[in-house]
Amino acid sequence: MAFFEVKELTMYYRTLRGQVKAVDGVSFAIEKGKALGIAGESGCGKSSMATTLLRLLPNNGQIMGGQVLMDGQSLLDMPEEQFRRRIRWKRISMIFQGAMNALNPVHRVGHQIMEAILTHEDVSPTEARRRAEDLLNMVGINPKRFDDFPHEFSGGMKQRVVIAMALACNPDLVIADEPTTALDVIVQAQVLKAIDDLRQRLGLSMIMITHDLSVIAQMCDDVAIMYAGRIVEHGSAVDVYSQPLHPYTAGLVRAFPNIAAGRSTIRSIPGSPPNLIDPPTGCRFHPRCPLADGRCRAEEPAFQVVAGRHAVACHKADVLAGGVDIWQQRQLA
Amino acid sequence: MATAATCVEVGITSSEPLLKVVELVKHFPLRRGLLSALRGGPQPAVRAVDGVSFEVKRGEILGIVGESGCGKTTMGRALLRLTEPQKGQIIFDGTDILRLSPQELKPLRRKMQIVFQDPYESMNPRLNVFRIVAEPLRLQNLTHSRDEEIERVRRALAEVEMTPPDEYMYRYPHELSGGQRQRIAIARALVLEPDFIVADEPVSMLDVSIRGGILNLMLRLSKEKGVTFVYITHDLATARHICDRIGVMYLGKFVEEGPADAVVTSPLHPYTKALLSAVLVPDPGRKSLQTVLSGEVPNAIHPPSGCRLHPRCPLARPICQEQEPELVDKGNGHRVACHFA
Ligand SMILES: Nc1ncnc2c1ncn2[C@@H]1O[C@H](COP(=O)(O)OP(=O)(O)OP(=O)(O)O)[C@@H](O)[C@H]1O
Ligand SMILES: Nc1ncnc2c1ncn2[C@@H]1O[C@H](COP(=O)(O)OP(=O)(O)OP(=O)(O)O)[C@@H](O)[C@H]1O
Ligand code: SF4
Ligand code: SF4
Ligand SMILES: [Mg+2]
Ligand SMILES: [Mg+2]
Repeated sequence: MAFFEVKELTMYYRTLRGQVKAVDGVSFAIEKGKALGIAGESGCGKSSMATTLLRLLPNNGQIMGGQVLMDGQSLLDMPEEQFRRRIRWKRISMIFQGAMNALNPVHRVGHQIMEAILTHEDVSPTEARRRAEDLLNMVGINPKRFDDFPHEFSGGMKQRVVIAMALACNPDLVIADEPTTALDVIVQAQVLKAIDDLRQRLGLSMIMITHDLSVIAQMCDDVAIMYAGRIVEHGSAVDVYSQPLHPYTAGLVRAFPNIAAGRSTIRSIPGSPPNLIDPPTGCRFHPRCPLADGRCRAEEPAFQVVAGRHAVACHKADVLAGGVDIWQQRQLA
Repeated sequence: MATAATCVEVGITSSEPLLKVVELVKHFPLRRGLLSALRGGPQPAVRAVDGVSFEVKRGEILGIVGESGCGKTTMGRALLRLTEPQKGQIIFDGTDILRLSPQELKPLRRKMQIVFQDPYESMNPRLNVFRIVAEPLRLQNLTHSRDEEIERVRRALAEVEMTPPDEYMYRYPHELSGGQRQRIAIARALVLEPDFIVADEPVSMLDVSIRGGILNLMLRLSKEKGVTFVYITHDLATARHICDRIGVMYLGKFVEEGPADAVVTSPLHPYTKALLSAVLVPDPGRKSLQTVLSGEVPNAIHPPSGCRLHPRCPLARPICQEQEPELVDKGNGHRVACHFA
């Protein structure tokens, strides 16, 4: 049994125009100490999935079904009080998208970390302060800067403070939502390295949400590709990158900008992101897929294991397995 | 790209710079502690932009890359006078906009727009998407009817692939994903059809498929309509693809500037070289997380003497501590500030 398991998780937002099917039957598992990368188009439901796991949904967000299991224990039907005391932040914590800009500008950074400890654990302020200093040290910030204000920190340092806050209560699983998008590549490498070292040292499991395939390549064992609220492909990062089986994944991998390539047009995947209130019938990718046919429009493909741990939801996975570059002609057009 | 270049409208003289920036300086004064006040001496300040000069030709895209916190956003905001620089000139279409009164500036505002970096901070959470995107039209009294306003907002939303537009128009920012907010920020800048856009990390939250669409849109606007861009980014790969020129900033200064291909393929400055070597490869079989340029990022309150990179530069020699290198042209408009480049 995997340490952390998500089964058929479904969460919709109620809106005036209908239900936004942001998370629609998502399943995956993570082994202890492993890192799973989640990539996918803007608006496909990555952050929503993360906030659902932490049960931090806005009022209009509603869990429609599915299960989340940690060490076999079911988390979704646990009473909120118990979830808050035992799970959220203590066992599962999160680095929120855009969080480094959410540090409180009028509070000293060290105090903000202390605060995170004090709200979740019953310890003395002295003890919390000592732990906050340790955490700063752990993320590579001199504890002497405990009393600095956020504006006195660079972006990379603020991001490291946010990471320290996520680690404040020794969680087992950290969900990082776009943790380095705001940083330059040198600082990004430093921050990722800090996360990676901590992960190895503390045996943390991690879910890394990012649109940046190179970050996942560097940080994660496995990768799941999301499209329109669903996972369409999942496998080891090596397998998925070298042999993508879903047309969308193949497009993503192919369109990833390469600094070594000369000047050329920027590649993208033609077509627009799907409307999650009224998603396309059958395979949700069919309006943009060069391989789509009648069956794709009518019948939703099942998510199936192809080889080892590599699974995909596509009627024509064998076409890509054959190594055909299905995006070639589209790109020329 | 050859075909795109030939589409440039007749009448756009591409040799004349649309924007010329001379020795621009923007410092943020710090409140002084009692002790230092008693001691006297100069008022301490964050030297966010510390003497920057460059030109952008009409229809060009100038990419700005550099360290987090090196002053890119401050410079971009200063270009539109959203923050008041202390010194320098910003000559836009022949006029030094730093000398204009607010009334004189207003018509220019229509021509100059900015895509703000942080879509989480820059949007009024109480306005819906329609109001956010329509706001610049209203401020400039540009539309004559509600229908026209709706039409223009729809068009701007469609340009950034927020489709169908009506699905999003009446949502509030908290009902959008990070990348969707970012696209709203872009739509708001496009709705006035400006001549000049400062795009501050406009696609940092977008995946390659939508990002490609937006960057191609920028490219099309610049080559077909002569729109001029200052494009601030951390993404060197796409900068190379869409920019005509790239400027590299470190601690409030340009350390290198030149044609995009030259800067990426034959960088001259040690900081540019470090940046390029830190770009991650999208290959799980090749781990490339490494530390380049060790040492703490110095702060912009007391920048290092001489060359600002010297405490971290692998090539530093004694002269680097004492004398600040000037930005000099090494040929073909490729400028660099390093004693040993
Ligand atoms: N509170 C809400 N009410 C209604 N719809 C919402 C709400 N929050 C998010 N959405 C919608 O749900 C979908 C998924 O949003 P989510 O933030 O999970 O996307 P994401 O994959 O994290 O995207 P990004 O990469 O841009 O951050 C989007 O279409 C978004 O517009
Ligand atoms: N309003 C302000 N008051 C004081 N200092 C400021 C202010 N705005 C910015 N700064 C400081 O000026 C410097 C430059 O900041 P700026 O936001 O321009 O950097 P940047 O290059 O855009 O960084 P990033 O890549 O993280 O966006 C930083 O040290 C920052 O802390
Ligand atoms: S199921 Fe059909 S439409 Fe969907 S990805 Fe596969 S081939 Fe394309
Ligand atoms: S001037 Fe000296 S310290 Fe500065 S970049 Fe060149 S070699 Fe390095
Ligand atoms: Mg998100
Ligand atoms: Mg910035």
